[in-house]
Amino acid sequence: MSFAISILEQGLIYGILALGVYITYKILDFPDLTVDGSFPLGAAITAMLITKGVSPYLTIPISFAIGVVAGICTGVIHVKLKVRDLLSGIIMMTALWTINLYIAGTANVPLFAQKTIFSLASENTLFAKMGTYITVVISLVVVVICKILLDLYLKTKSGFLLRAVGDNDVLVTSLAKDQGNIKILGLALSNGLVALAGCIFCQEERVFEISMGTGTIVIGLASVIIGTSLFKKASFMKATTAVIIGSIIYKLCVAVAIRNFSPQAMKLITAVLFLIVLIISGRKKTKANGMKA
Amino acid sequence: MIELQNIEKYYNPGTVNEMGLFHDFNFTVNDGDFVSVIGSNGSGKTSMLNLICGSIPLDSGKIIINGKDISKMKEYKRYYKIGRVYQNPSMGTCPTMTILENMSLADNKGKIYGLSKGSDKKRVTFYREQLSRLGLGLEDKMDNLVGQLSGGQRQAMALLMSTMTPIEFLILDEHTAALDPKTADIIMELTDEIVREKNLTTIMVTHNLRYAVDYGNRLVMMHEGKAIMDKNEQEKKETSIDDILDRFNQISIEVGN
Repeated sequence: MSFAISILEQGLIYGILALGVYITYKILDFPDLTVDGSFPLGAAITAMLITKGVSPYLTIPISFAIGVVAGICTGVIHVKLKVRDLLSGIIMMTALWTINLYIAGTANVPLFAQKTIFSLASENTLFAKMGTYITVVISLVVVVICKILLDLYLKTKSGFLLRAVGDNDVLVTSLAKDQGNIKILGLALSNGLVALAGCIFCQEERVFEISMGTGTIVIGLASVIIGTSLFKKASFMKATTAVIIGSIIYKLCVAVAIRNFSPQAMKLITAVLFLIVLIISGRKKTKANGMKA
Repeated sequence: MIELQNIEKYYNPGTVNEMGLFHDFNFTVNDGDFVSVIGSNGSGKTSMLNLICGSIPLDSGKIIINGKDISKMKEYKRYYKIGRVYQNPSMGTCPTMTILENMSLADNKGKIYGLSKGSDKKRVTFYREQLSRLGLGLEDKMDNLVGQLSGGQRQAMALLMSTMTPIEFLILDEHTAALDPKTADIIMELTDEIVREKNLTTIMVTHNLRYAVDYGNRLVMMHEGKAIMDKNEQEKKETSIDDILDRFNQISIEVGN
């Protein structure tokens, strides 16, 4: 039972990440490696703020905002300085490593004694009754709120333009809109969500660790690809819901695989599973341009 | 009015492949003109459209729209006044969005794309009216993805979308070339209707000599970056397709093909 709960917790938190990666990868068709830096960025700022005594709730919007800034940087490097998409992400990912160290102060910040959104909730009588389910419930609430807000946004005029720019940037130019700025907006929103995921993850794990971001993009992409290809035919389900479920399925696969290996094999398993996902979804045939290079 | 003054345009400058396309090229399109532009491949037809819209940079010279020099203006800003339909039907629409969403997107051109609802329910009747004039039954498929439509249906939508908001100029870049003859006729007829109705100043590049002769009030033939034939409304009426073909053959002989 605790095995299932822990998978749900992780899957839901990484579901927020998947929503962010969905924006860049599926909507913008932009393989954004910034997430390897913006996920721990959210965690670093959260750890720093919480140790300074700032309310854990406040860390959520702050993490989102700082993730937005990271996304804008990647966007500006790509759009204004004309650096290729993959390289723009790699530059920001590398730069953020140092920035995360500066923000957190050290490579490792434990939060065992501090209050988190989870510990605060357990003091609340309403939530306290849930006992071991409390983390799952709170993660679910956060991811559902993010999903609903994203769904609503994608139905606005601005959201329409964002969807159009990944699809057909010529059309966006014809509509007298600067397609570059729309791409920057998309990257900003995406990295905002990714940093928010880092914020929640850090509070759940009660630790910030500088290398926690390594491989985040793989988890995000795997979740998005599993979700969207598994539920491709299910037209009743929104893609945003599908990627969250994709995240849970991916976490389940990793957890099952890791039971039979030592924890050191974690990254290898992650990578191999991602490869399997790619092959099964047959994406090589259907989409030739995405992640090559 | 669109004026091109002393246009210079070289491709691959400074390399062995350097190719001068326009040299001291001058061209004026008056308000209300519907210019048909013909010419062989590489004659500079599409390059001229791209220069006007800002899709490719100018080496020197001026592009003036309504008396204002727009040579340095960014491409997307020029489209406030210009509508453009491309040869490829998928360039004018978004395949992963529905017909309604595409229409709403185009309907908002020139306004702010903010956080208000993407599709205005009150405009749906207007969209359906617009779509019904195409006679393709699209008005009953508002929630279908545009990606599921045929090339002709998409091009018809692209034409509607590009002329939906108040614009002054319409740029048609071989917009019937990828369509079957019957659909091409429908699209061409619709184009003419829209141009008259909205009084758009239009430049149409086409390889279809019949369209070039039958539509518009001015006929231009381009060759090696020059307008080697420029017939006004009266002269155009007296021109037959054979006359144009003769001229084409003449050029080919001069070039040595």
